[in-house]
Amino acid sequence: MELNVNGVSQPVARHPLTSLLEVLRGELNVLSPKAGCLQGACGTCTVLIDGEPRRSCLVPIGTLEGAEITTVEGLGAPGDLSPIQAAFHQGYAAQCGYCTSGMLMAAHALITASGGPVGREQVIEALGGHICRCTGYVKIVDAVMAAARGEVDVAELDELLVPEPAEPEVEIKGSPA
Amino acid sequence: MRASDTEVVFPTSAAEAIQAFGDGRDVTVFAGGTILMAARAYGRFPPTARTLMLDRAGLDELGGDGTVVIGAMTRLSTLAGSGLEPLASAAADVADVEIRAQATLGGNLCAPPGLESPRGDLQAPLLAVGARVSSAAAGGEQTEPVEEFLARALEDPRLVLAVEFERPRRASYLSQRRPHTHSYAVMSVACAETSDGVRVAAGGIGPKASRLEAVERALANGAAPEEAAAAAEGAVQPADDALASGWYRSAVLPTLIRRALEHLQGA
Repeated sequence: MELNVNGVSQPVARHPLTSLLEVLRGELNVLSPKAGCLQGACGTCTVLIDGEPRRSCLVPIGTLEGAEITTVEGLGAPGDLSPIQAAFHQGYAAQCGYCTSGMLMAAHALITASGGPVGREQVIEALGGHICRCTGYVKIVDAVMAAARGEVDVAELDELLVPEPAEPEVEIKGSPA
Repeated sequence: MRASDTEVVFPTSAAEAIQAFGDGRDVTVFAGGTILMAARAYGRFPPTARTLMLDRAGLDELGGDGTVVIGAMTRLSTLAGSGLEPLASAAADVADVEIRAQATLGGNLCAPPGLESPRGDLQAPLLAVGARVSSAAAGGEQTEPVEEFLARALEDPRLVLAVEFERPRRASYLSQRRPHTHSYAVMSVACAETSDGVRVAAGGIGPKASRLEAVERALANGAAPEEAAAAAEGAVQPADDALASGWYRSAVLPTLIRRALEHLQGA
């Protein structure tokens, strides 16, 4: 079958009950959705299916004929971040990053649907199925509200480049290599 | 046996689904899949020869003037936005946005009792409105009260097609939950004022939801909410699970019933 992921159609030859998460991570090298609980309870696997936030660990690929799947990779990239990604960065809304992919997708869907500012309770309701162990949630909620208000300096972030790995200055002598 | 050993079929009509279901033996019915896919992830997908995927079978009608008909594949998110109380409130209470978009009424009705926490939050609201379940098996289709459907044994599988009920005059739904934004309901009470009087049902107090007939009789005899709620004492014997002990449930249930009845009367 074909899976449409971030606008690109990809052939997939797996059993129809294979979860979308397994195919994204294992076959298509789309690594943003994470395997957390594999029961649909933690939210780290959340992607958008036809614009709706869904648990990719619970969706069998056999039901995705003709569906449009969106992941964080489809929202933006370093140097071209989407407003919600920029808001998370500027608002320190990510620490370990494990919940971040799911939070971003749920937040993106909320902001797209609302078309404008959202209240704290709306954000909590929309992201309530996502667990975070690091941040205590406050900065995540603040970042979503800021992005919805358009209070994000995307231009500033466009200047952020992916750092080049530094060359070592000292040659290690005596290495077996 | 692995989940990938099962033959997966996608019927494209109710008639095809009924035929593929046959007598229901050695068939796994896959509605939303929120329970089955979690089971699969943990190596516990039912080892049946065939898995029947219902998402293309068109079992998602929702509507009706006098009698409301709700197809088995109606997503809980759709039900939550339908205004059909007390089902809408119960559906909105289930899990979270992502799960509700995938889970279905039929799957919720047929959910096997959970070991860790109660399942099937829509069973109590269906009991409260006096819903009837339309289902099919090898002997043909039939419609029966939801109490009878819920009492069927595991060895007597049927394919749920739809539920139907008359809109109640008033309804209420209240659940007692853990303090998370989205959590499992420890237990719930659904009430509906039907043409036969007020019906009261509770979930999370046994393997399946059940009607609280002692409470209904007390109400019919003119009892106020607190007195009617007290009539539930001894009517159910909730078990312990990961969310709460049976003792706790028994202690809290009368308060939940009283509040649900007060909401009903104020509705």
